[in-house]
Amino acid sequence: MTTLEAFRDSTRTWLEENCPPSMRTPMIPEEIVWGGRDVEYVNPESKLWLDRMAEKGWTCPTWPQEYGGGGLSKDEASVLKDELSRINARIALTSFGISMLGPVLLEYGTHEQKMEHIPKIVRGEIRWCQGYSEPGAGSDLASLGTKAILDGDDYIVNGSKVWTSYADKADWIFCLVRTDFEVPKHSGISFLLFDMKSEGVTTKPIQLISGSSPFCETFFDNVRVPASQLMGRLNEGWTIAKRLLQHERTMISGFGLASGQGDRGGTTSTTASLEGAAMHYRGDKERISDPVLRDQIAQFKIDSEAFAFTSQRSLEESKQGGPNATSSMLKYYGCELNKRRYELFLKAMGSQALGWEGDSFEAEELQVTREWLRSKANSIEGGTLEVQLNIVAKRVLGLPDMLSLANKK
Amino acid sequence: MSLVLTEDQQLLKDSAKNFCQQNAPISVLRKLRDEKSERGYDEAVWQQMVELGWPGMAVAEEHGGFEFGYAGLGVVLEESGRTLVNSPLIASVLFGASLLSEAGSAEQKSALLPKVVSGELLLAVAIDEAPVHNPQHINTSARKDGDHYILDGEKSFVLDGHIANKLIIVARTEGDVESTAGVSLFLVDSDAQGLDIQRTLMVDNRNAARLTLQQVKVPVESLLGGEGAGFEALDRVLDIVRIGVAAEMLGSATEVFERIVDYLKQREQFGVQIGSFQALQHRAAEMYSELELCKSVVRAAVGALDDDSKSTEDRAKMASLAKAKLCEVSELISNEGIQMHGGIGMTDEFDIGFFIKRARAAQQFLGDAAFHRNRYASLHNF
Repeated sequence: MTTLEAFRDSTRTWLEENCPPSMRTPMIPEEIVWGGRDVEYVNPESKLWLDRMAEKGWTCPTWPQEYGGGGLSKDEASVLKDELSRINARIALTSFGISMLGPVLLEYGTHEQKMEHIPKIVRGEIRWCQGYSEPGAGSDLASLGTKAILDGDDYIVNGSKVWTSYADKADWIFCLVRTDFEVPKHSGISFLLFDMKSEGVTTKPIQLISGSSPFCETFFDNVRVPASQLMGRLNEGWTIAKRLLQHERTMISGFGLASGQGDRGGTTSTTASLEGAAMHYRGDKERISDPVLRDQIAQFKIDSEAFAFTSQRSLEESKQGGPNATSSMLKYYGCELNKRRYELFLKAMGSQALGWEGDSFEAEELQVTREWLRSKANSIEGGTLEVQLNIVAKRVLGLPDMLSLANKK
Repeated sequence: MSLVLTEDQQLLKDSAKNFCQQNAPISVLRKLRDEKSERGYDEAVWQQMVELGWPGMAVAEEHGGFEFGYAGLGVVLEESGRTLVNSPLIASVLFGASLLSEAGSAEQKSALLPKVVSGELLLAVAIDEAPVHNPQHINTSARKDGDHYILDGEKSFVLDGHIANKLIIVARTEGDVESTAGVSLFLVDSDAQGLDIQRTLMVDNRNAARLTLQQVKVPVESLLGGEGAGFEALDRVLDIVRIGVAAEMLGSATEVFERIVDYLKQREQFGVQIGSFQALQHRAAEMYSELELCKSVVRAAVGALDDDSKSTEDRAKMASLAKAKLCEVSELISNEGIQMHGGIGMTDEFDIGFFIKRARAAQQFLGDAAFHRNRYASLHNF
C-alpha cells in the first residue's frame, strides 16, 4: 500500500468516527460557521465538528503544522477533500482568514505575526474582515485615501471603507491604508492588521436589494494601531493587496461551481437542480416541455461542467505558486455562470421564484429569490468583471495597457 | 483522472506540432485547393504520418497498432487542426478503424486493421442521408437474399467517400426509419457493382461524397457485427469520432486565437496598437476564457475514452458536452478571426479564411451544437 493509500484509509476511518451525523447533511445558511469571539452555534454539533477538525489542523489542511495547520501535501489535501465529499461532510469553518488573509500572511508576515494570527484562524477564534474598497476607490482601488500617520510607535488611522463584508461581526480587519501621499498611488499603500474593537472604529450595515446586509460601511476616527501590526514593508502593501485579491478571486470563482448533486444544492428536490425545477413547476414528467428553456438549461449545464473541469485543471497545473492570473479568468467566468444560473431558476420556477415573504411560498422558494438578487454582486465584488477582463488582457494575453500608453503621452 | 497531459503525451504533442508546422503547413492545403487535387490530400504527407505510426495510435497491438490510446490520437488531431491538415486520419482511422474494432469479427479485424495502420487500406463510413446529421434516420435498406444482401439507398456527406477502398455502409435490415433496432453495418468495396460515388466539393476543401446504391450485392460475410444490431457499436464509435473532431477543432480555434492576439499587438491605428482598445481586449479575454474551457473538456473527453471505469453513457455525455462546446466556441472564434483582422481577413491571400471554412464543416459533422445540447439533455433525463 502506498503512503497515500494508507493516508486515505486512516482519513476515512477518522472521518467515520469523528464527523457528527448532522454534519453529513446539506448545509443550511444559518448553520454556516464563521467563527470569531462572539460565535454562536445554532447546532451544537457544528462546534464539535469544528473543534475536531481544527485539532488536526484540517480546517487549513496545507498550512504548516508549526502554526497549527494540517501540514498536508497537495496530494494528501486532495485525498482529504475527496473523503470529506464522499460522506457529504459540511465545511467545518468558513472564513476570510482562511480564504484570503492566511495565505498572504504565510507568504509576507513575520514569524511573530504568523504565530499570533495563524493558529487563531485555523481554530476559528478570530473572525477577519477585509478593508479594501472606499467610497471613492472601487475598481480604481489603488486611489484609496484612508490614511495612517506614524505617531511614536503607533499609526493613527483616519478614513472610511465600504463594502466591508461582515465588518459588524468581525473581530479584526486587514486594511489597506495610505502611508505616503507624495508618490504615485500604487507606491504609497501599506497593509495594516488591527482589532475592530479598537477605539474609533464604527460600522454600519448596508441593506442590499436582496434585503440582507452582509456588507458594511466602516469608519476610522483616530484609530491607534501599533506599528508592529504592519504586514510586509511600509509602502509596499500594494503587492500584498494584489496577491490577496488573487486568493479572493479563486474563492469567489467557486460560486460558479455546482454544489453537491444539483445546480444549487439545497434540501428539496424541486429547487435543487434547474431541470428538476423546470419540470416540477410545469408538471412535466419526462422532459422539459418548453424546448427553448430546455436548450438554455442544457447550454448552462454544459458550460458549468466545462468550468468545473477548468477549475480542476487549474488546480492541477498550479504548482507551489498558488493562484495566478488565471484566477481572474475563473473569477470572471464563475460569476457570470452563477448569474446565469439564477436567471434560469427564475425562468424555471415562474412566479414562485418571485415571492418576497409569506405563506404562499416555500422557504426554499423565497431563498431562491434572495439568492438571485445576491448573485448580481458576484461580478462586482472582488473586482468587477470588467476589471477581470482587463487583467486577463494585460497579464495573460500581454496586450498593451491603454492607461499606461495614455500616461506616456 | 488528470486533466493535464502526461510527459509522454506532451512529447507526442510537441513532435506532432513540429511535424505539422514543418511538413503540412496551411500552404499545403492551399496548394491542394489551387491544383484541384483529385485525391484531396497530400500523399507524401500521409505517408510520413503512416511512418510516424499515427494511424496505429489507438489500434490494438495484435492488429499492428501501438495501443497508445485515444489520448495519443487526440493530441495528434489537435496539432493537425492548427495547420488544417487534410488526411485520411479522421475518416479511415478515427472513424473506420474504430468502427471495425468495435463491431468487426476477429477475422475481419485481423484481415483489415493492419492494412489501415499501414495506410494501404482506406476506409470511409457512410451514415447520413439528409443535410442534417441524424444517425437514427436510416432509410438505406439491406435485404437478405440467400447468402447475400442487396443494398439500396443514398448517402451524403461521406467523409473521404471517393478515395476509400472500402466503405462501411449503415443500412436498415428491418424496422421503421427512425428506430435504432434493425440497423446493420456492411463492408462494401468501393468498386462494387451498383455503387455510384460522386465527390462533392465542400467549402473546407475536404473530401466528401454522395453515394447511390442500386441493387448492390454483397456476401453475408461483409456484415459487420450482428444483423440488426449495428446501432450500439455505431453510437459508441460516433462518440469517439465526435471527441476526436472536438480535439481537432480545439487546435484550429487555438491557432486562430493566437493569430488574433498577435495581430492585435502588431496592427497600429490612431497611432497605437489596436490591442490597447478595451473593446477588443475584452472580446479577446472572453475568447481566451472560452478556449480554456474547451481545452479542459477536450482533455476530459479524450481521457474518458481511455478510462475503463467510464460507461458508454458516461462517454456519450462527455462526447455531446465536448462537441456542443467546441462547436459554439469555434463559431465565435472563427468569426472574430475575420472581424478582428478587418479587411485583410476577408482576402483569400490571407490564411484566416481557411479556418472559418473548416470550422463550419467540422461543426456540422456528426451533429452541431444544437444537436448535442438536445442529446445532452436527453442523456441527463430532462
